[in-house]
Amino acid sequence: MEGQSVTKVVLLSCGSFNPITNMHLRMFELARDHLEDTGQYKVVKGIISPVGDGYKKKGLIDAYHRQEMAKLATENSDWITVDAWESLQPVWVETVKVVRHHYHEMLAAEQKNDDVDTVKYAKKRRIEGNYFEDSSHDKRRGGPQLMLLCGADILESFGIPNLWKQDDIAEIVGRYGLVCITRSGNDPHKCIHQSEILWKYRKNIQVVQEWVTNEISATHVRRALRRGRSVRYLLPDAVVHYIQEHDLYSAESEQKNADVVLAPLQKYTGASSS
Amino acid sequence: MATRRVPLVLLACGSFNPITNQHMRLFELARDHMHSTGQYQVVGGIVSPVSDGYGKQGLVLAKHRIAMAKLALQSSDWVKVDEWESQQPDWTETVVTMRYHYGRILEQFEQRTVTHVDSTTPLSSPSPQLKLLCGADFLDTFKIPGLWRDDHVQEVAGRFGFVCVSRGGLEPERVVHESDTLSRHSQNIFLVREWVKNETSATEVRRALRRGLSVKYLIPDSVIEYIHQHNLYTEDSERRNEGTVLRPLAKQAQQPVKSLDD
Repeated sequence: MEGQSVTKVVLLSCGSFNPITNMHLRMFELARDHLEDTGQYKVVKGIISPVGDGYKKKGLIDAYHRQEMAKLATENSDWITVDAWESLQPVWVETVKVVRHHYHEMLAAEQKNDDVDTVKYAKKRRIEGNYFEDSSHDKRRGGPQLMLLCGADILESFGIPNLWKQDDIAEIVGRYGLVCITRSGNDPHKCIHQSEILWKYRKNIQVVQEWVTNEISATHVRRALRRGRSVRYLLPDAVVHYIQEHDLYSAESEQKNADVVLAPLQKYTGASSS
Repeated sequence: MATRRVPLVLLACGSFNPITNQHMRLFELARDHMHSTGQYQVVGGIVSPVSDGYGKQGLVLAKHRIAMAKLALQSSDWVKVDEWESQQPDWTETVVTMRYHYGRILEQFEQRTVTHVDSTTPLSSPSPQLKLLCGADFLDTFKIPGLWRDDHVQEVAGRFGFVCVSRGGLEPERVVHESDTLSRHSQNIFLVREWVKNETSATEVRRALRRGLSVKYLIPDSVIEYIHQHNLYTEDSERRNEGTVLRPLAKQAQQPVKSLDD
């Protein structure tokens, strides 16, 4: 008799990772513990997707380095991986597109696994094949789910004018789902309450409380590096070495894109870069 | 002639139950800070785990705490673990541990000075110093009745000095201000601001481990492996020493009150 099956989950984290820190990595661990604790999920994979250079954020160094550092940082993880697709795109890619891309990759991988099954499961497979076209079945029990992993600051950023398209938010939260790591000082529940879209899909938003505050922000790390201070134990050792070897993060690197408009803002307001 | 920097060794005493990334961060922050004063050259760091005799609840065997600290510091080229304190038969007052290490540092320094003195030596190098490295919470314990002897606080603050890293909402400036002894030696107390709020504590790590939650990226991988291999930090281990009086409190209470002997 089939018992309650557990939903497979892939966690996707988008961001600058400029550079990746222990905090970014902690978020995956916290999310996984939280989801598996509900008894409904099994987290099978984590994906770090560094943003492309086209994002034009101030101080954003080459995607190539950010990729390499993320790879070094996840060397010792058996479930968190780094994906270069987003960073290789010629222009900045909206988060919803990155989510869609990885969702389809995930399904394709699932399909491949299913193909290994013997013939007697063929009928079951054919029926399931149709379900993938219909978004309302994406979250049926058993079907794999892709969720966007983020901090409370992302949730709050949904409210910043012209940063996100409302349709994109609706799709990310409505069709896929969000795992939001929060700490005292943030109030994601209030954020959800104050937004019509978020409120509508509140069941798809998992809020994970981080009791042990760990505010290792990449901004702080870059500042420390500029001032010749140690960042050891804030990032994995391999990443610290890489940064030293390649002399990344200086006052100069922090000025990159200083007078350029952030890509999403450019796109949605039609603002042009100076 | 430019004044030469004072060679400085930082000593951290504590349970290290277990050692965390935050403990190791303290050394990094302290070194950067002391260098930036222009007066010091940090030449070494010592992690000195407390002995089992301390009697703190949840304290696992010193041999494990030492082993974990060694694993964690394998990749450090300046911070070392020292077993002396943990090997003493009874709990050792912090000031005693400091005197021991200071004696050794002086010895090494004197040996080196003897072998290198020649006619071209301009000024002799300033004498090395040993300072206690701690978090603001440690400084705060001075006001707990019976935990510290006044003359010990006086000696640690006056003769050696502190490098104290701020933590959470604790304001070490206030702690210093509210203590006459500490205020008197405020020039010997270096306060380091930790801007990155990082509340990783060994207590939280143990809690997570008891609950089967991940502690990856809070403590080194090698330490996590060790903990799992030896099955440390369970509900049982947290109950160790339950009901026991902390050794410093027991010891201090036993000190004869001098006035009664007159």
